Amino acid sequence: MSITLKALQKSPWVFHLNTGACNNCDIEILNCLTPKFDLERFGVKLVGSIRHADCLLVTGPVTRKAAPRLKTLYEQAPRPCLVVACGTCAISGGIFKDGYNICGPVDKIVPVDAYIPGCPPKPEAYILGIVKLLEKLGQ
Amino acid sequence: MLDPITRFRERFWKTMVKFDQRSAKRIYIEFRPIDVPEAVRYLTSTLRARFVIMSGVDIPEGIELLYHLSFDGFGKIVTLRTRVNKDSPQIESIAPIIEAASWIEREIAELLGVEFIGHPHPGRLLLAEDWLEGCYPLRSERHKP
Amino acid sequence: MAKTIIPIGPYHPLQEEAEFFQLHVEGEKVVGIDVSIGYNHRGIEKISESLTFDQVPYLVERVCGICSTSHPLAYVQAVEEIGGIQVPERALYLRTIIAEMERLHSHLLWAGLAGHFLGYNTVWMWAWKYREPVLDVLEAVTGNRQNYAFMKVGGIRRDFEKEDIFRIDQILDELKPKIDLLTGAVMDDPVLHARVKGVGILKPEDAYSFGAVGPTARASGIKIDVRRDEPYAAYDRVEWDVITDPAGDVFARVKVRLLELYESVKIIRQCLRDLPGGEISARVKEIPPGEGIGRVEAPRGECFHYVCSDGTNRPVRHKIRAPSYVNVPTCQVTVPGETISDATIILASVDPCYSCTERMQVVDKEKGTTLSGKDLVRLSQEKTALLIKGGHR
Ligand code: SF4
Repeated sequence: MSITLKALQKSPWVFHLNTGACNNCDIEILNCLTPKFDLERFGVKLVGSIRHADCLLVTGPVTRKAAPRLKTLYEQAPRPCLVVACGTCAISGGIFKDGYNICGPVDKIVPVDAYIPGCPPKPEAYILGIVKLLEKLGQ
Repeated sequence: MLDPITRFRERFWKTMVKFDQRSAKRIYIEFRPIDVPEAVRYLTSTLRARFVIMSGVDIPEGIELLYHLSFDGFGKIVTLRTRVNKDSPQIESIAPIIEAASWIEREIAELLGVEFIGHPHPGRLLLAEDWLEGCYPLRSERHKP
Repeated sequence: MAKTIIPIGPYHPLQEEAEFFQLHVEGEKVVGIDVSIGYNHRGIEKISESLTFDQVPYLVERVCGICSTSHPLAYVQAVEEIGGIQVPERALYLRTIIAEMERLHSHLLWAGLAGHFLGYNTVWMWAWKYREPVLDVLEAVTGNRQNYAFMKVGGIRRDFEKEDIFRIDQILDELKPKIDLLTGAVMDDPVLHARVKGVGILKPEDAYSFGAVGPTARASGIKIDVRRDEPYAAYDRVEWDVITDPAGDVFARVKVRLLELYESVKIIRQCLRDLPGGEISARVKEIPPGEGIGRVEAPRGECFHYVCSDGTNRPVRHKIRAPSYVNVPTCQVTVPGETISDATIILASVDPCYSCTERMQVVDKEKGTTLSGKDLVRLSQEKTALLIKGGHR
């Protein structure tokens, strides 16, 4: 295993990107960081710039205006960059699937490494998803 | 003080096309497009109604524009209704009269293709820059022959 | 002095949604601001036309995750107006309770974010911790932490059990001292006073012309509140006050929201006490042709839905106006004239919610100067730190 992946496993820094979500998914991500759930105990840290991030959390069905941004951000991210699609919208488009301004879901635009379903996924689901992803990396 | 609706009625009874009081709280008044700005001006500056929003509806006979205004103290919503024709939908902008209408007029221009004449900052609001010109997502396909 | 343009966003790390503001600055002073939205535009109004009347509530509660009671409630009220449907008493009370619980968690969420922008991360963590029990109860009574699927045309979907009432009561008991603590900390903090008093003033005249609603308008001394002006659900059967503040600055907006927490607690208590028995949903037949308007006071202000029906089982047109749509543009008058480090908190003080605003999507331009949204938050936090060092404590 490359040294970067190994290091990543200990403390993945995440960057959160909303591509047209209804906010719930995003709030639940922030919620994971607050005292009750405390994702930081797994070394997960929310960072403000994609250039510091190991992991991209994408929410929302990817609107037309957001799609080019998602692509650019993915290209700017240092490798290896894991992409996690959070919420039904990001996974399949959900209820917005047939909207005229939607060009998602996320895996149509960038490759996705993990899916966390739910509308919105509960904080417990996020924790499970991220821990599973880390375990997978370890193998 | 006289009820604002009565005052409005007295002032505009000549230009009104139809006055329809559905219930104590909902009043729908129809105007010709040309008379709308004056009515909005009177409602907002003299009667102090709060501009809530506009909606545009694509109906078989044209595009219907609804201006919703609220008299908060009375709990009433006044809706001004007007219709523009579909081939060259045009109406005078009310954004110079009331700032709150600025975004929604841009939105309706984008989504329904109505041209607002005299809008201070026309331009795209919601859709991507490369959106197809002349393609209006909220126009209905139902009425197509 | 030369004018510089600073883009903020669209992807700001802690603001939940994408947004794009362009600040025009001269030195430290902001002289102009451009807002650009549309990143969240999902075309909900169009999707709504392809769903049946009963399906739309699920769609509209996904307009905005935080207001996932207000939008469906406004929608069902509009449809009930078209059909002349009489909603049973018990449903009205339960609607009120859920709507107020939503206000509690939304205001706490906002208080936390505002704290973060000012450099008080403790406030953020606290406020969000106190918010958790409210979400837990909501989950217990509705089945989900958010997106409750509680409202339906003619009534509600799920009845409360006896224990639920007891549990809500208990949570309120626990919450009360915590709100006291939070309010106390904010009201008596000299640094906070120095930081946000007199900043970002929205004059009543401007609030009126932008059509501002909710706490943003009430903090400018405009006494509007749909709950009082056009009482829906059970708001005309309970006692409560409309909180206003004449100052119009950021501090006033903080204060109004915090004091509203108490009013919400008061309303929920009365509803629980007076909760009548009986049916929770009326029988709904076909929806006749016609049009209806539904208004609800969401945590951020008036939420307006216009529904037009032609006698089929789908709405012909469904217009949604979320409160942020009229509140966000007020930054065009509140931000210019202030310093760059104050811009973030002023923008945040209207509690902007872009997914509502565009009911669909937000923007960017990156190149140009190098200050990012993150830098602006940092600037804002540093200013507070400076004040603390400067002997305000
Ligand atoms: S998955 Fe559900 S909660 Fe998440 S953004 Fe989509 S609609 Fe909102």
